[in-house]
Amino acid sequence: MTEYHTVKAFDTDLQDLARMVAEMGGMAEKQVADAVDALARRDTGLAQRVTAADVQIDTLQHEIEEKAVLTIARRQPMAVDLREIVSALRISNDIERIGDLAKNIAKRVIALNTEFPPPKLIRGVEHMTDLLLRQLKAVLNAYARRSVPEAMAVWRGDEEIDAVCTSVFRELLTYMMEDPRNISFCIHLLFCAKNIERMGDHATNIAETVHYMIEGKPITDQRPKGDTTTLAALRKAGEA
Amino acid sequence: MSAVGYATPPFAPPGLRTEHLVEKVAIRDLEFFYGDTRALKGISVSLFQGCVTAFIGPSGCGKSTLLRILNRMYDLYPKQRASGHVALDGENILSPAQDLNLLRAKVGMVFQKPTPFPMTIYENIAFGLRLYDRLPKSELDDRVRDALVRAALWDEVKDKLGASGLSLSGGQQQRLCIARTVAVKPEVILFDEPCSALDPISTAKIEELIAELKADYTIAIVTHNMQQAARVSDFTAFMYLGELVEFGDTSKIFTTPDDRRTQDYITGRFG
Repeated sequence: MTEYHTVKAFDTDLQDLARMVAEMGGMAEKQVADAVDALARRDTGLAQRVTAADVQIDTLQHEIEEKAVLTIARRQPMAVDLREIVSALRISNDIERIGDLAKNIAKRVIALNTEFPPPKLIRGVEHMTDLLLRQLKAVLNAYARRSVPEAMAVWRGDEEIDAVCTSVFRELLTYMMEDPRNISFCIHLLFCAKNIERMGDHATNIAETVHYMIEGKPITDQRPKGDTTTLAALRKAGEA
Repeated sequence: MSAVGYATPPFAPPGLRTEHLVEKVAIRDLEFFYGDTRALKGISVSLFQGCVTAFIGPSGCGKSTLLRILNRMYDLYPKQRASGHVALDGENILSPAQDLNLLRAKVGMVFQKPTPFPMTIYENIAFGLRLYDRLPKSELDDRVRDALVRAALWDEVKDKLGASGLSLSGGQQQRLCIARTVAVKPEVILFDEPCSALDPISTAKIEELIAELKADYTIAIVTHNMQQAARVSDFTAFMYLGELVEFGDTSKIFTTPDDRRTQDYITGRFG
């Protein structure tokens, strides 16, 4: 495609939108890393800062929304331009949700207060977070570079997070069965793990959006799924 | 419906479902020359009955030329000639034997600038009717009224049918021209940028009118307003430098066109 619009301000509008989405993505990455860091280091101060910082992501999302609506009204975009704007809206939605989930983890860190789980249990959640952050970074790169192969790699990569989530789930379950006093913090950890698994789903959503933005059609393959926490894990843990 | 002399399926890209459609106008391998200049290069496209087909493309791409062939308007000028096949209901309209008055009654045209005759509103419409039919006064009155109703102009002019057509606003004049066109009951209506001289409200009225008219007519519209093409048409043809680059479902052309040139043009990246 010819790179530039005859009306240069239209290019600036689209570039601004993409830049805002990238900025929002960067903020969400930091929020997730900080929230899990707070959990690992039992740092309620950091957790509080994460909770407070979420509003910045929300604000940026509103700005993206306004900018998108204004650009549609002003430029009447067609084809790939229209998809780019719609994609910015969708992706910012997913990132906003990721921010909320990170905030939820931070809140749980504050709720745990003194009653912290042993570090070995947190390691699984940390591992999931590493995978998630890698996915998030990759999908934001795919968006910035307009790369379908990179987006597809993220889309397929979610399976790994799901698989780790299932094993964390089992581990926590056995721990709770061992001693009912563990239940409270294990439940918090379970929700943290599930939150990260949900973030992974949002990363896949973004990958799907990037594909749609570039190709103009949705991904048609069947996505591999590794998360079986809903049924299978419960059954297996019960048998153990 | 078959085209000139040989049976041929409607011209449509793969994936476009046309079985349920009737090809009203079949254009095949159409070439057009202004003297030595080749303005159309092997155009093949279909106009389907009851559908609106939009022709878009930058100035000079040949879209108006194509419309002017469909009612043999070019015949008015020396040194202009067309070759190839254009069939209306299977009958070759490029043939020298074609009765031009009959053709132009079947294929009406509305131009960019409103062109009312310098006579009364009533006479603007009755004039064309008298050319084709010898009607008693009462029937003539009815036909004039029907045409004005169809063109959504009746309520605005019913009390001043004796006023000059030129006294109307631009939008009203354009609807008067549409009324004049539909009065003679054509089968195909060609719109050559019908709204480019009109304000947004008048434009909306013409678009609404096109949507209503398409039930009974086959419509082709040339427009520079991309949103208008996207709004009013069922099929869109993108032309560039005398060639037909892409023809397909309007919803596809304006969302995911196959050709890069189409995409560049509709998104405003051309040149």
